[in-house]
Amino acid sequence: MSKTALLMDFDQALERFDPVLGLEVHVELSTNTKMFCSCSTTFGGEPNTQVCPVCLGLPGALPVVNEKGVEAAIRIGLALNCEIAEWCRFSRKNYFYPDMPKNFQTSQYDEPIAFNGYLDVAVPTDEGVMPFRVLIERAHMEEDTGKALHQGGATGRIHGADYSLLDYNRAGIPLIEIVTKPIVGAGRYAPEVAKAYVAALRELVKSLDVSDVRMDQGSLRCDVNLSLRPTPQDRFGTRTETKNVNSLRSVERAVRYEVQRQAVILTDGGKIIQETRHWHEDTGLTTAGRVKEEAEDYRYFPEPDLVPIAPSREWVEQLRASLPENPALRRARLQAEWGITDHDMASVVNAEALDLVEATIAAGADQAAARKWWLGELSRIANERGLGLEELAITPAHLARIEALIADGALNDKLARSVIEGVLAGEGEVDAVIAGRGLALVSDDGPLLAAIDAALQAQPDVAEKIAAGKLAAAGAVVGAVMKATRGQADAAKVRRLLFERLGVSE
Amino acid sequence: MTDLIKQTARQLSDLLRAGDVSAHEVAVAHLDRIAAVDERVHAFLHVDREYTLARADQVDAKRASGAAMGVLAGVPLALKDVLAMKGQPTTCGSRMLEHWRPPYNATVVERLHAADVVILGKTNMDEFAMGSSTEFSAYGPTHNPWDLDRIPGGSGGGSAASLAAFEAPLAIGTDTGGSIRQPAAVTGTVGVKPTYGAVSRYGLVALASSLDQAGPCARTVEDTALLHMAIAGYDPKDSTSINQPVADMVAAAQRRDLRGMRIGLVKELSGQGFQAGVRQRFEEAVALYTSLGADVVEVSCPSFDYALAAYYLILPSEASSNLAKFDGMRYGLRSGDDGEHSVEQVMGLTRAAGFGPEVIRRIMIGTYALSSGYYDAYYGSAQKVRTLIQRDFNAAFTTCDVLISPTAPTTAFKIGEKLDDPLAMYLNDIATIPVNLAGNCGMSLPIGLAPEDGLPVGLQIIAPINGDDRLYQAGGALEAALHAQWGHHILEEAPAL
Repeated sequence: MSKTALLMDFDQALERFDPVLGLEVHVELSTNTKMFCSCSTTFGGEPNTQVCPVCLGLPGALPVVNEKGVEAAIRIGLALNCEIAEWCRFSRKNYFYPDMPKNFQTSQYDEPIAFNGYLDVAVPTDEGVMPFRVLIERAHMEEDTGKALHQGGATGRIHGADYSLLDYNRAGIPLIEIVTKPIVGAGRYAPEVAKAYVAALRELVKSLDVSDVRMDQGSLRCDVNLSLRPTPQDRFGTRTETKNVNSLRSVERAVRYEVQRQAVILTDGGKIIQETRHWHEDTGLTTAGRVKEEAEDYRYFPEPDLVPIAPSREWVEQLRASLPENPALRRARLQAEWGITDHDMASVVNAEALDLVEATIAAGADQAAARKWWLGELSRIANERGLGLEELAITPAHLARIEALIADGALNDKLARSVIEGVLAGEGEVDAVIAGRGLALVSDDGPLLAAIDAALQAQPDVAEKIAAGKLAAAGAVVGAVMKATRGQADAAKVRRLLFERLGVSE
Repeated sequence: MTDLIKQTARQLSDLLRAGDVSAHEVAVAHLDRIAAVDERVHAFLHVDREYTLARADQVDAKRASGAAMGVLAGVPLALKDVLAMKGQPTTCGSRMLEHWRPPYNATVVERLHAADVVILGKTNMDEFAMGSSTEFSAYGPTHNPWDLDRIPGGSGGGSAASLAAFEAPLAIGTDTGGSIRQPAAVTGTVGVKPTYGAVSRYGLVALASSLDQAGPCARTVEDTALLHMAIAGYDPKDSTSINQPVADMVAAAQRRDLRGMRIGLVKELSGQGFQAGVRQRFEEAVALYTSLGADVVEVSCPSFDYALAAYYLILPSEASSNLAKFDGMRYGLRSGDDGEHSVEQVMGLTRAAGFGPEVIRRIMIGTYALSSGYYDAYYGSAQKVRTLIQRDFNAAFTTCDVLISPTAPTTAFKIGEKLDDPLAMYLNDIATIPVNLAGNCGMSLPIGLAPEDGLPVGLQIIAPINGDDRLYQAGGALEAALHAQWGHHILEEAPAL
């Protein structure tokens, strides 16, 4: 099984070799129905409940193209600055594997729907953020395969398994495969470029609302191709293809690992085998897949059961006009509008709170307050509950209302947290929660002054200390008042009233 | 009582509508005929008497309720075993699917149900429709009712033989290179390959997707037209289906007026290699057309010389991919699953056990032709020939309304005669293949018996894409003139079974 390969120190490897990257990303579309039939695409159904004669490849069944899948492919192509084919076809990629019902995959071969594009990415380096343009070779449509669940083996892999169960729910779900041209010139930042590209692509596709782009659920999958050459002037070396790279962090690590592994082999005068390797998230290693005696011959030919796709130029232009703002440009625009630092913006993005913060500000909240709530309290709650921020039962409008009440002095932070708790618990809108929980701040001076007097009486030395200029002693009184009002007082106001009472100016 | 099995579909329709017979009685008559003769003919692979009678009773009940009934309601039909029929065996003549029962209906079957046609059973065929004699059925050959020692054509020999043996008045065939027309020719029946896309392929187990087309078979041109109307039309489940109205084939069949029709005699399909008696009957038919007022001219389609070669690259290529799904994993035969063999080995053993020699031959040819490095020379070149053939047809149809040729080079040959000579077998389809490659339509109808062997000869009529009604006009008129000459249907001359 997996043997730890010898690795060369990364910096040393980069002194001797120039890495060439190639990234193939599969995006599973979130269309309601599969690519060639009307079965549901919902994730996580009971095995083999989302199948029909077409996606099971039963004898006689025929595919029909899902128009929404084509539309999503064109939108992805346009967002990647690609040309859109005026005429293209599906092809059959023929190979035998039990998870593929027809023993061919309906894909696109030499006539992809989108080609010749690019994606600009921002790569974090020691010298700051480096802009890098990744050229896109093509984006094409294809169908997903089913899943083989290997039973009885220790690793869940086919090797050593007693038998396999097949689930065809995934078979026929639309995929867009996005292939880069060879990425050269990344040098020692090849791992960062790879990660930045996949992250940017994920963000871009997410902004198009055509896929969940969940790497953990396999709705975005990345294969990393890597080869080394002595210098940028040399021809490309033999590449390996690393599969099963299922997180952004793994993309970076897998590139780094392959650079180090290949560098040792080449330095020792060995040869890189053109092979598929599997990334192991737990150990951070890649292991060789099945060694193929000869190159796989997929015997591609145009799919005769489907007619060519010829998207009209009018349609393509309509889709282009309706593309959302490019996420990178949008981020830059919002950062400028909000006047926040790169670091603060990165925190918002990393918390996946950009849309929510923007919406909360649009609903009237201050940018700092909007960020504070989403990145603080709400991120903590979401994290506790294992949910995404978007899944919480609270909206930007709720937060804007809470912020407005804080600004009016009707709520403080502590009460606001209680309001949030109530909203999340389904107790109603903000004002209903306040009424229901009795959370309004005590704003009449009368009860506050009475509480101040009571506190001064209980701690007679405090008045003297304050009179002597030790203003910090006020804390004890404010604390006592807050306690007496069960937190429903504005601390700043209590402090002001206390000083007025004692005739002291701050 | 009229001999129900000798009636045409039109006559049965009239009797049923008049209330003179019930669908039940008609079904019983045909089921009894099948029981009496099919042991010798072997046209059918599956007959479900109970199912058929239950369907007939439903049709009778519907008629009794006063519901509007289609013209073919209650008329029985034989269905080629390559079309999926829910809950009924659908073997494609292969061991691979011996016990498979589809969970769904082909669109053709749905349309037959909607027309209240009563399906008698599934007919024999060359395995996965590969063959011209029905000898490649895994379940034994079908015998030609004209001479039980001879082949009924193929791949749809079962459907054609069921008509000639009076086991059914209507049948469905499928035609990839001649599998409707050549069996019609050698059994003295009528068959039409409609324009590609005119009849839905959904549920037709694919041989070669770009060539396959289901179509109607019967004993008369009018019956064929009636069935054509029942099954043709747009189907959203088939991307290659034609989305436009279906012309009135029945009216065309009844027109019987050929004045001014320009008929092209395809030079490349009327000369060498054709049996003398076939040529003689064909020349007589040409003369008859002239006498009926048609304008017969000779046209040349030089690319047809390459049609057979191109066909035997395109068909195996597509078939090698279409038949890949038969691997024993999901349905059908599974071999070698004994805990000792790997998945790959089980797939291989299943395919070796489930496929017959002709299927394996074509899968190997197709796999080779699509291999990288050979694709351009074989599949790519074949597609270019296809374009040339389409151009030849286009040119011919600028001067002609229809084209004609003999359907097959010979009359029915002896069972076993060409089994070991694939090339001789393939030559049976030399006149029918160009039509599939170009995607247009063709009909075969009987024009007499060859003097030397007394066996039926077929004439092929070819019309342009979506010109299917012209087949029925040209065929209906010729049939009427021939029946007037003979004084009876040609099948009256067949020996009694």
